[in-house]
Amino acid sequence: MKKSLLFLSLGLFAVTQFAQAGDLSGVITLKGTPPAEKELSPIKDDPNCSANYPGALPKTKFYVVDGSGNLADVVVVLKGISAPSTGATAAPVVMDQKGCLYYPQILAVQTGQKIVVKNSDNCVHNVHTVPKANDSQNLVQMPGGADLTFTFAKPEPFLKFQCDVHPWMFAWVTVVDGPYFAVSGADGKFTIKDVPPGKYTLEATHRKLGTQTAEVEVKADGAAQNFTFEIK
Amino acid sequence: MNNKYQPALFWFAVLNAVATFLLIGLGGLVTSHEAGMSVPDWPTSYGYNMFALPIKFWTGGAFFEHTHRLLASVVGFLTTILAIWLWLKDSRKWMVWLGVAAFLGVVAQGILGGLRVRLQMDNLGIFHGAVAQTFLVLVCAIALFTSRWWHQSEAQKQISVPRGLRSHIFYVTILIFIQLLIAATMRHQHAGLAISDFPLAHGKIWPDASADAIARYNAERVETYNVKPITAFQVELQMIHRLVAYTIFLGVAAAFFLARKKLGGSDALTKFAFFWLILLSLQIVLGAATIWTNKAADIATLHVMVGALALLTGALWWLVAVRRTRLAV
Repeated sequence: MKKSLLFLSLGLFAVTQFAQAGDLSGVITLKGTPPAEKELSPIKDDPNCSANYPGALPKTKFYVVDGSGNLADVVVVLKGISAPSTGATAAPVVMDQKGCLYYPQILAVQTGQKIVVKNSDNCVHNVHTVPKANDSQNLVQMPGGADLTFTFAKPEPFLKFQCDVHPWMFAWVTVVDGPYFAVSGADGKFTIKDVPPGKYTLEATHRKLGTQTAEVEVKADGAAQNFTFEIK
Repeated sequence: MNNKYQPALFWFAVLNAVATFLLIGLGGLVTSHEAGMSVPDWPTSYGYNMFALPIKFWTGGAFFEHTHRLLASVVGFLTTILAIWLWLKDSRKWMVWLGVAAFLGVVAQGILGGLRVRLQMDNLGIFHGAVAQTFLVLVCAIALFTSRWWHQSEAQKQISVPRGLRSHIFYVTILIFIQLLIAATMRHQHAGLAISDFPLAHGKIWPDASADAIARYNAERVETYNVKPITAFQVELQMIHRLVAYTIFLGVAAAFFLARKKLGGSDALTKFAFFWLILLSLQIVLGAATIWTNKAADIATLHVMVGALALLTGALWWLVAVRRTRLAV
């Protein structure tokens, strides 16, 4: 009887918390002029790849900024929240190799969440992970080959994926030990959904510009927090 | 067995030495193109027998890595034949052991290269590079010891080389080897250029290596290759590389002037020292060009190859000098 009451209380508590959970959103902006992106001229080294670009070659995408200064590809992670990873049951995230580039180039997953790597090109790639906290892997993926699946057990910022056959191909995956994170989109906006009310630290990290933090209080109707990165 | 000059053996040793030098160049291209891990398996290549990999897969970085493996197999084969040849046809016991050492060296080098791929250890690449330089000196020394000059030098009058000059050459050669270790460490950091300007360094005579400065260098850098972020260690290592380069240049220039003074301008060793000085001048220009071209793969690889030639020149100079001095006594 006591056990049933305990489970009922916990269940009610969880439902109440979820019902009160709000979204934490914001906009990331960049102040200043970033370095000019460079043309990925090494693509010309492999005709299989350069055939995808009869016109101009693609450029690097380190600073993805729109005309209003909104900054994409910033990883925003909620800190100080006790929430176990749901990565094992979360939907897999897809990373594609297309035109000898990675899509997306920046993404975030939970620990234990699957990353499915596809090869949409008609050439061979090797998918080489270069982690600091997790184990490294280096797997070949033939044209038309089966998808590769990666999972990472430990949290780690900007874990690098690279192709050494085509050394201009690289992407970064931030592994978070919980479900409360987001990556800013092309409009600089991010949303972390269903955050239980409380006071937290919000951390925004751009691979080139470093990390900024802010103390936030999330209420039942959510909260907003913007970040501005600056290039001096 | 005999101790006479055997032209076929000598030219075979030369062939092995040339193939080894080209192999170092191809290894340099692998690292310059950041392609060392492009074929993740070893001794197979993409699951195929290495010698049966279809040409359609020899693309991008895999072209450099795969051809490096194939040429390494050729050098391994040539070195094995050379060791057997020395064992059967050279009466000098120490030459037999040099052949055995070359055979063991090429086997160890092949395994090191394979382990670097299998274990994904960047640091093994440093050893792989260092063993390659040592192996080149060894096989070139074997070619020297099987040469007509070496065999016939006993019958000719030899001019001794003063001990001070020999020591000077020896220590400069050791310094070049240390410089090659520093260079291999720089290259196998896989971080690109830690300092992207020359003769200044990040705009200063001695660059700022504080945490803020390193963060700024990384933020300003727009990489088109999958290189790692710059660290303070790498910045300082490149500065040490520059300082050692200047020291070596002065050491080689001094070697030339000393040789001309002690042996005369017409002596073969003086001319060889002049060749060494030209090599070092070229090497400094190539080092600067490596930076000015943002580490263009071809230029960076030429820098590796001329570095290997500089080490080899010093080592052969010293061996010839020792031989002449012993025979002159």
